[in-house]
Amino acid sequence: MSKISKNKIFPGFGLSLGYTIVYLSLIVLIPLSAVVLKASSLTPEAFWQAISAPRVVASYRLSFGTALLAASINAVFGLILAWVLIRYQFWGKRIVDALIDLPFALPTAVSGISFAAIYSKNGWVGHLLHPYGIKVAYTPLGILIALIFIGLPFVVRTVQPILEDLETEFEEAASSLGANRLQIFTKVVFPILTPAVLTGFALAFARAVGEYGSVIFIAGNIPMVSEITPLLIITKLEQYDYAGATAIALTMLIFSVILLLIINGLQAWTAKRSGRSF
Amino acid sequence: MSLDPNRFQKNPATSEPRWVKYLLITISLIFFSFFLLLPLVAVFYEALHKGWQVYLKAVTDPIAFSAVKLTLLAAVISVPLNLLFGISAAWLITKFDFRGKQLLLTLIDLPFSVSPVIAGLIYVLVFGAQGWFGGWLIEHDLKIVFAVPGIILATIFVSFPFVARELIPLMEAQGREEEEASTVLGANGWQTFFRVTIPNIKWGLLYGIILCNARAMGEFGAVSVVSGHIRGQTNTIPLHIEILYNEYNIAAAFSMASILAMLALVTLVIKVYVEWKLKTQMNLEPIAEGQS
Repeated sequence: MSKISKNKIFPGFGLSLGYTIVYLSLIVLIPLSAVVLKASSLTPEAFWQAISAPRVVASYRLSFGTALLAASINAVFGLILAWVLIRYQFWGKRIVDALIDLPFALPTAVSGISFAAIYSKNGWVGHLLHPYGIKVAYTPLGILIALIFIGLPFVVRTVQPILEDLETEFEEAASSLGANRLQIFTKVVFPILTPAVLTGFALAFARAVGEYGSVIFIAGNIPMVSEITPLLIITKLEQYDYAGATAIALTMLIFSVILLLIINGLQAWTAKRSGRSF
Repeated sequence: MSLDPNRFQKNPATSEPRWVKYLLITISLIFFSFFLLLPLVAVFYEALHKGWQVYLKAVTDPIAFSAVKLTLLAAVISVPLNLLFGISAAWLITKFDFRGKQLLLTLIDLPFSVSPVIAGLIYVLVFGAQGWFGGWLIEHDLKIVFAVPGIILATIFVSFPFVARELIPLMEAQGREEEEASTVLGANGWQTFFRVTIPNIKWGLLYGIILCNARAMGEFGAVSVVSGHIRGQTNTIPLHIEILYNEYNIAAAFSMASILAMLALVTLVIKVYVEWKLKTQMNLEPIAEGQS
């Protein structure tokens, strides 16, 4: 059957295509293109200067570094959490499972002030760490904690369905061939889960790099030390340096698009490995 | 397929030694408590530990009330628009084959991976004083950014993909057969859509709407860029929380935060319910097919 005649079965192709494209363009594509156009009004030298000033580079190092570390920690603990939620039975499991999505549902400003309160000098955890000279609030460590919170559900929720669908036959076959449990996990189970873990990692990383609300309350926001890139964009805007803000924004945007394409590739790989669609 | 975890534990090939199992559960619970439970509990503790009077005063303050009103307005406008888009995009992607589908899917996801700060910035670049329409807007005495319309636009942007993202996998999994049958039996497009598609996707749709709503009501970064930060006029609940917090009015900040935290908990309860409904719906389908 040709593609055209297949499409003829359902009505509404023109309507849904038209509406989808127009709405997508008006809300997302045209406004985003403003970043590219505004940035291109800068000379290459001015653009380069705007995105490579020491303060800007320090913010990249902080934003990307903490995001990468947070996503890595989430990959490890997210995998453990997904495993525990699928494979074991324990008291309170349903509550844990339901609250995994809390970072999706809780507004970032709320988690932001909450972490700042917990880890400040007088906070629940902060006052325990203070005597040992460990400072969390208003340091990069505080940023890391906020980013771990933000990214956790991405890993758990991408690994969980794959683990849920994983039939036990592979493990049984490996076992009957004499593999021990550790070998079964590292050589049979983990390779099946790898694409999902990487997808979750990339999603958590992408989210963490651009995160603003949950970070600024705990970050301290000291230039060169604890100033994240999104905050720098806002600072430039407040100084009416629109071109400078846009140049940094474009750099982040290009990075996000590349990451999004990688994520799409990873999702296709996950689907192929596990025989799922989407 | 049974989802009972005991099936793994009874089988030596799929179970770990006891100490490994308890170690993993302990690690999970500690991680969960520190990163998820603690911040949630802290919100309610900080909101209430100065007493109910302080709490009630904070949430009934007229400025707080205007923040609640603006937050509701932004959600009431952005959620239906994104709902309409989500349905349209999901219908297009799951019922038709065409070139560029993968690209379209990627573009729909774009707002998820754009920093909220950039989401605000783009509207400043388009509608701000120095932006594309800046001159025209000033001439006509219209204000979009640093005013309510900008807040609504930024909210639409950040909550844009939620409904579509929820519906596409669901409608893909359900396939096209039921709609095909309906069309072959003579129903027109709208009849098929309202009597076959909508009943099939209603739970996924509900979940998409509440997720979209949670993001719309809770957005901070994007809204912060385009808001004029005028008390009682262009402040949403999250922006009001920021102001209170920066003024060291911690108890009031957490009182407002507790409203949003309760909204988050309601969102999660609906999510659990919807997932349970979807699971029973999916489990019933093979039986229905077997009977026909």
